[in-house]
Amino acid sequence: MPQEVTKQYKEIMSKYLESQSEEDLYVGQQFSRRFIEKDIAPEDVISIHKSALFELHPNLRKQVWDSLDFLIEMMIHYGLTMREHQSLVRKQEAIQMEMNVATKVQDTLLKTVEPDAEGLDVGWISQPAHQMNGDYIYFLNQENASSVAVADVIGKGIPAALCMSMIKFGMDGLQNENSSPDNVLGIINRIVEKSVDDSMFISMFYGKYNSITSTFSYASAGHEPALHFSSGTSAFTELDARGLLLGVKKEAIYDEHSVVLEEGDFVVMMTDGVTESRTENGFIEMSAIKSLLAEKKDESAQEIADYVYSELSRMQDYQLSDDFTIVIFKKKTV
Amino acid sequence: MQDMNLQVELLEKNSVQCFKVVGEIDAYTAPVLKERLAAVEKVEGLHAELDLSEVDYMDSTGLGVCVGFYKAVSNNGGHVKITGLNRRLSRLFEITGLNEIIDIELKESEDDNATL
Repeated sequence: MPQEVTKQYKEIMSKYLESQSEEDLYVGQQFSRRFIEKDIAPEDVISIHKSALFELHPNLRKQVWDSLDFLIEMMIHYGLTMREHQSLVRKQEAIQMEMNVATKVQDTLLKTVEPDAEGLDVGWISQPAHQMNGDYIYFLNQENASSVAVADVIGKGIPAALCMSMIKFGMDGLQNENSSPDNVLGIINRIVEKSVDDSMFISMFYGKYNSITSTFSYASAGHEPALHFSSGTSAFTELDARGLLLGVKKEAIYDEHSVVLEEGDFVVMMTDGVTESRTENGFIEMSAIKSLLAEKKDESAQEIADYVYSELSRMQDYQLSDDFTIVIFKKKTV
Repeated sequence: MQDMNLQVELLEKNSVQCFKVVGEIDAYTAPVLKERLAAVEKVEGLHAELDLSEVDYMDSTGLGVCVGFYKAVSNNGGHVKITGLNRRLSRLFEITGLNEIIDIELKESEDDNATL
């Protein structure tokens, strides 16, 4: 194969040396792609050049041949760097494959089942900004109660995904325990605090809807406040509760509050990918998000969530800067 | 749209290591800050100040770096103070509950507004 390339190179060069025309130079440029395709190292290109030149003009001065040998030496490191680069590209492809697998594992492992509580309409959407989602939603179904944890893992990628499986298994263990929001956050905090490295933290909002009393109780571990829309007054109230991020301090205390939902009321739980959305013109204000929610107040919880997502992502030119998650609990109208 | 540059300047005043941070702290720039802080966080009994008065925006990655620094320094018997927070940043520290464990000071101008 190199002989053939050498032969062709010789012909092209010989033509150019005779004509010195633009066209022949262009043919040479095109031909250099063959070298690249065939993985011919820069130093070998010069060797090929040297033998072609020797066949065409064997009587050139000795200095010319010596200088070409010198140039070959000079190019050897370029060749090595190029091969290193190619090996990096291959490694990157392998990592990408692993990432794809990890994303699939994340999807299957962290699957959650939407609650089916009487009188409660649930809607949600969670969109990662990049390949792996740092936001996490987990639903817990108990008799007469539907709960949801909305979490944002600070620190992204694979460590974040591992962190989420920790949350999930922690929560799965709660099925028969006291699942009041303050208690749940206390338990998860102790799990996270023990096992996570120093710069990884989780913010989590935990809400529990009791379908007998229509009460929504909640606690927050350093998470964005939820919004409560009252259909009676058509106004929003922030549902805020004192509590530290998970994983910072072992003995953190979480306050719990509750609110009674009337028919048509809904609670919106979000991550900072929603509240901290940015456009070219600055931050999207909370009031803008509230008006989007209010516009769709009579629709189903899922329609409200989808609408807010599509509008906010449109405002950001369909390029999310952070993972985006909304969960809506709406009390059905009978 | 986003400024990829973040400057971190270290000044020592009255044996307090003061890090003056200028720029936006987000997923792209946070590693710069993290690296600078990591160089001192193991020092026994360190007194450090993070001056964020020239930081308009910080996302959760940046917050993670601050908390990581706070934890590391506290574990080594030191103290961290974060100063010069604008309204948006101080809200971030309030929501996350960090204002209750980390020593925090608002920007002077923001303080005045708050008392009006």
